[in-house]
Amino acid sequence: MAAVLDSAAPVRQRVHWTDRTGHLALAAIALALAAFLAGPLIAILAQSVEDSRGEFAGLDNFFAYFGTPALAQSLWNSVWVALLVTAIVLPAAFLFACAIARSCMPAKAVFRTIALTPLLAPSLLSAISFIYWFGNQGVLKDWMQALGIEQIYGAPGIVLSQIFSVFPHVLMILVTALSLADARLYEAADALGTSRARKFFTITLPGAKYGVASAAMVSFTLVITDFGIPKVIGGNFNVLATDVFQLVIGQQDFQKGAVVAVFLLAPALLSFVVDRFVQKKQTSMLTARAVPYAPKPRRGFDLAMTAYCLAVALLMCAVLGMAIFASFVKFWPYDLSFSLRHYVFGIIDGEVNVAFLNSLKLAFLTATAGTAVVFVGAYLMEKTHGADWLRPGVQLLALLPMAVPGLVLGLGYIFFFNAPQNPLNFLYHSLAILVLCTVVHFYTTGHLTAVTALKALDAEFESVSASLKVPFWKTFWRVTLPICTPALVDISRYFFINAMTTISAVVFLYAPETRLVSITILNLDEAGEIGAAAAMAVLIAATSLAVCILYLGIGWLVERRTQAWRNLK
Amino acid sequence: MTQAREPFLRLRGIRKQFGSFAALRDIRLDVQQGEFVCFLGPSGCGKTTLLRIIAGLEVQSAGTIHQAGRDISALAPARRDYGIVFQSYALFPNLTIFDNVAYGLVNRHAGRDAIAARVAELLRLIGLPEAGDKYPSQLSGGEQQRIALARALATSPGLLLLDEPLSALDAIVRVHLRQEIRALQQRLGVTTIMVTHDQEEALSMADRIVVMNHGVIDQIGTPMEIYRDPASPFVADFVGRVNMLAATVESAGRVRIGARSVACASCNAPAGRKVRAYLRPEDIVARPIAAGDPNTVAGDPNVIDAKIEKIEFLGSYCLVRVAAEGLEGQPLTVYLSLNFLAEQGLQAGSPLRLRILAERMRVFDA
Repeated sequence: MAAVLDSAAPVRQRVHWTDRTGHLALAAIALALAAFLAGPLIAILAQSVEDSRGEFAGLDNFFAYFGTPALAQSLWNSVWVALLVTAIVLPAAFLFACAIARSCMPAKAVFRTIALTPLLAPSLLSAISFIYWFGNQGVLKDWMQALGIEQIYGAPGIVLSQIFSVFPHVLMILVTALSLADARLYEAADALGTSRARKFFTITLPGAKYGVASAAMVSFTLVITDFGIPKVIGGNFNVLATDVFQLVIGQQDFQKGAVVAVFLLAPALLSFVVDRFVQKKQTSMLTARAVPYAPKPRRGFDLAMTAYCLAVALLMCAVLGMAIFASFVKFWPYDLSFSLRHYVFGIIDGEVNVAFLNSLKLAFLTATAGTAVVFVGAYLMEKTHGADWLRPGVQLLALLPMAVPGLVLGLGYIFFFNAPQNPLNFLYHSLAILVLCTVVHFYTTGHLTAVTALKALDAEFESVSASLKVPFWKTFWRVTLPICTPALVDISRYFFINAMTTISAVVFLYAPETRLVSITILNLDEAGEIGAAAAMAVLIAATSLAVCILYLGIGWLVERRTQAWRNLK
Repeated sequence: MTQAREPFLRLRGIRKQFGSFAALRDIRLDVQQGEFVCFLGPSGCGKTTLLRIIAGLEVQSAGTIHQAGRDISALAPARRDYGIVFQSYALFPNLTIFDNVAYGLVNRHAGRDAIAARVAELLRLIGLPEAGDKYPSQLSGGEQQRIALARALATSPGLLLLDEPLSALDAIVRVHLRQEIRALQQRLGVTTIMVTHDQEEALSMADRIVVMNHGVIDQIGTPMEIYRDPASPFVADFVGRVNMLAATVESAGRVRIGARSVACASCNAPAGRKVRAYLRPEDIVARPIAAGDPNTVAGDPNVIDAKIEKIEFLGSYCLVRVAAEGLEGQPLTVYLSLNFLAEQGLQAGSPLRLRILAERMRVFDA
């Protein structure tokens, strides 16, 4: 028998054609993300270092920016407002999260639901509401002035509205962080006779610190990149987000607009990097052996927490309620009788019927196509092998959207797709580009949801399938997909709601025939029709709510059809 | 050199490198048709990596694999011919037992009736003929693992790979299932490789055991060879319990342990070398010292008097640690049955007379 010699060359497995198909699909996802995310971002960066003739100008645009006092002032305004909002919303939401995760407060689900309602409407709904409360014809204008605040338009209005609209985002992160507690630590502390305060500072706070850091970053980023609120209630108080819009749409100064976009991108990118780091730490905190913490009743504490949450919930209802109330009022503040005038005006004169249909189309397409792409992408990343040179790039592009503010993305789309030499130029001003932009804008959360669901599946399903010579897509279709349908429903709902309420990215991209209802609110407000603006914001919130209930029903059906095996005995 | 028979599976020069870490180094192994081979070793020894390389789920850095005369070194898993069972069972939770077992059959475009017949046959074979309509979550862990076995065998693969199939199960189910798997394997005659870190499992199931450590094969042999004639200190230590004693070679067949000169049949190292003597507890025969026994035993150098230090109760047998005269503080462990201890009224402090079975002692360089 001939001796078998070691070959020096490394062994490479011949790729099976089914795997090759998977690699091609992954390459397609990578290409799509490159075209609809990396391309626009690079276009912004390029634009920021070019002069108006397209020549390389180094950092001239940045110097010119700081040479314009008004613009530099906006940068400072944005930063201090974001810091102030974060400083207020963080402790407020932390206390609320404590009540939900660590007390035996009654009606937790109700409080939680109320606290999350701002997510159903565009962020500017709160701004509209605060105008009704404290604006020139506001109900409580005198109270406010008694406190020494001259008018709501400007920083006070922005701060108040942002607190309201950022609260649910921060709350969700903190509730998660505080729920991830190991009961054994508290039991050990009790056994050692530890005081309550000491337990809080040595166990609770250290356990949640990464969540708090993450929440602070999210809050800062959301405030600094939000466009709707400063547009509606900002008055003459300029911030970066409104500057971008002014520069690009108003003055057609793309270079300076790109510079501001880079400023908006910076804190978001920073918080993204910090958040990734923090997430890794957080997951390693809780081992598989940890025993989940279950709060025990404590009269005084529970009562105090209930009182606090009741107060917050009432404030939330006051904000949301005022918008609803004002939208049904005949002529604020003189004739408060019931009327559908604003709805009729908004829908007929504002031609919201077209816009509303467009919004629904956008939301539906995003919720279906987006979910499909996100899930297939996550599946290919998690469950297939090979084509390793592609994977780090796709991974980065899947996580990056979280760090890209909508305004920046939208602006990047203008620069990238409006360029006549771009073969994808035909997409410009189409509904398709709105869908693509929205999918990319909210890609990361969907991706992470899908990854979490996929990670819960046995890692060897694909190996077993290969040994049985069943191609991976058959297993995907028969096993992976049915098991993951609840996650798919979640992702789809997330896309739908966000597509209904988003303004920041699409505000640069809509055409007259593809305008959206969230954007008509801005236009109505600009035209002084604040009643109609409120009505349309409420309309969106109501639609979102209806869709949420619809999804609840779908979720229930899906659960029954595909998850029956979970509850067998 | 001529070989009696072309091996069914032939591994040559298999290496696996993870960065600078060598997980496997130059693995050479032949597995004969119909054989049951166990890869045994501590965690991190490379045994699972080797199995996954045979399955094509990992790619070796170098080396060749031939299965049934076919070079499968670079083939994708789907192009190879094996069934695999994982520790986690990896049953599809949303499919019925029938669909799970039929999973690989459906793809072969067998007729509906043929599939149903085959699945029924397999379910009978594993002793769960009624399970077809149930879902995996309705079965116990042991039953689920049997279903996984049926699924792996459904397409009649030439090679069955078992990756720690019993580790996730209760002790009693484990013992029961290992007999069942062995019986099934012998009935079907399918060549089988099982990875395990449980020496008892390997000893009781395998035709041959491959003992691995730090990415290399330390010894390949039948369970009896591995146990009785370990090729390295690692094998002696890892498989079964062993007394390890510092010793010096006196001459061929004799070693000095402490102050005593002991016969050791297997020792042929040069005189004066420091060695370690390995002696299994059951290779020390103990009896109580009777009233009329002589005080010193001049005749047999392998007979030593000792005193019981500690008795560890293990059920029908006890592990007894004894301090033997002249061994300079190196305690010995012997097995004594519970009945023996009771009949002789032995307890901590009782004297014992030990005889070391000279032919069973193994020495390795220190």
